[in-house]
Amino acid sequence: MSAAIDVIGLRKSYGEKLVLDGIDLNVAEGTIFSLLGPNGAGKTTAVQILSTLVTADAGEIRVAGHDLHRDPEAVRASIGVTGQFSAVDGLMTGRENLILMADLYHLGKQEARRRADELLEQFDLVEAGKKLAMTYSGGMKRRLDLAMTLVGRPQIIFLDEPTTGLDPRSRHSMWTMIRELVAAGVTVLLTTQYLDEADQLADRIAVLDHGRLVAQGTAEELKRLAPGGHIRLRFTSPDAFALAGQVLPTAVPNHESLVLQVPNDGSVHALRDLLARIDDASLEVDELTVHTPDLDDVFFAVTGQPTEKVAAK
Amino acid sequence: MSYALQDTGTMLRRNLRHAQRYPGLSLGALGMPVIMILLFGLIFGDTFSAGLGGGGSRGEYINFLTPGILLMSIASGTMSPAVAVCMDMTEGIVARFRTMAIFRPAVLTGHVLGNVILTIASLGLVVGFAVLIGFRPNASVGEWLLAAGLLIAVTVGLTWFAIALGLTSKTPESASNVVLPIALLLPFLSNTFIPLDAMPSGIRWFAEYQPFTPIINTLRHLLLGTPMDSGDGWLALAWCLAIAVVGYFWAQKSYNKGTVA
Repeated sequence: MSAAIDVIGLRKSYGEKLVLDGIDLNVAEGTIFSLLGPNGAGKTTAVQILSTLVTADAGEIRVAGHDLHRDPEAVRASIGVTGQFSAVDGLMTGRENLILMADLYHLGKQEARRRADELLEQFDLVEAGKKLAMTYSGGMKRRLDLAMTLVGRPQIIFLDEPTTGLDPRSRHSMWTMIRELVAAGVTVLLTTQYLDEADQLADRIAVLDHGRLVAQGTAEELKRLAPGGHIRLRFTSPDAFALAGQVLPTAVPNHESLVLQVPNDGSVHALRDLLARIDDASLEVDELTVHTPDLDDVFFAVTGQPTEKVAAK
Repeated sequence: MSYALQDTGTMLRRNLRHAQRYPGLSLGALGMPVIMILLFGLIFGDTFSAGLGGGGSRGEYINFLTPGILLMSIASGTMSPAVAVCMDMTEGIVARFRTMAIFRPAVLTGHVLGNVILTIASLGLVVGFAVLIGFRPNASVGEWLLAAGLLIAVTVGLTWFAIALGLTSKTPESASNVVLPIALLLPFLSNTFIPLDAMPSGIRWFAEYQPFTPIINTLRHLLLGTPMDSGDGWLALAWCLAIAVVGYFWAQKSYNKGTVA
């Protein structure tokens, strides 16, 4: 299978701050590739560079078979971008926004109107299409934004945190739309800070942390990197929490919530062993949960620190 | 390259639609010079005409005043494209345009053309009101065409300059503040309202050398046949060209800053 996106040694810094520290990416045609990482990992910068918005300091980049430095126009003709911040024209109606895009793709007057109406239908915006985009809700703006990206039928679509800030229902309908796009043969590169989103959608996932790719593979491959998952122990008293930290030196403490994460594969044997040590030290455990490995653990295993999402759960 | 015109046309339509949807900005720019000509022509006209020397009448003062007010309409009209272009940049839509295979300068050129069209309307309005209160030009068709050409050249130049200022501003508010000196100070500190001889020496020195004064002299010469220095016409053209070139390249450079051009 040929590569839709091929990147070797991509680097970018803003002044003193190194944002991307030599990353390599290879995205196969017709697949969903997810760049996963916390805020500030460099995801948005990577998308901005691959979509010709920002210049890279170094690196060989080919998008849709075109060299990005030598032929940015050919790259632009093959891609569609939906950024993190809504890129709709608030002073125009939804339909006018779509027709504006169609005009810029030089579709011709009649085809422009036909395509606009088709997309309004597809994105459930027929009624809203007559209203100014500035009156739209967050979810509607995001749908219009994606619809505008699709007007020119791009081969490759970049989605920068497409569901950040959406309510759960809009989030699921966005997931469905993304799956439909790929079913129709489009290649999608999406960034997300939600591990479950990458797990749900992506064929391949690259974990980005402080400008470096710390892991790359399928969701299954990545989960194998974090063997065994962990046991979460919650304590009510700070004393018991402190004591438990000494008894279980491999555990990772969260001092604010008095939670210990103990690496453990969840087998009966390992569990019995842990319980015995808790008993021996007469620890008062408020709550115990067995955590089978998921991408949170992967992130933890490869970066050595929990994501903000883990801490928030 | 054939897409250059098409894309610019698309962007122009977008800007005219904005003006229609959000008319406050453009109406303000259209109305201000009309208020100026009525205010200064009708209310202050009798008093100010004394300053012209030779016991001028109100009609003479309106003749004197109108060319400067035309320039003032152009200057105050540059506020709205500066603010609009800054709003474009602070919203995501320009990032979208930049990732599309469209003629690069189309976004900014669309703003310039949109403003030229609005400004022509505003100039027509000012001339109409001026004639109504006593403006009596004696220009031939050729002189009218030259005057119109000069006014459009000034508009194009000042608009590119204002757009460059808008692009380098972080917020629409600061964009309008930065353009304010062009929109207000240059017209007032020129020979729009009173002759240079009547000004205090410091301000007079500034007024003598700033771009608006030779342009106003040229307009007065074309429309009313008043005498002017032989160099003023070329000086006016040179100023227009210089402002346009600096504005254009500065604007393009700011627009493409940090991106793959």
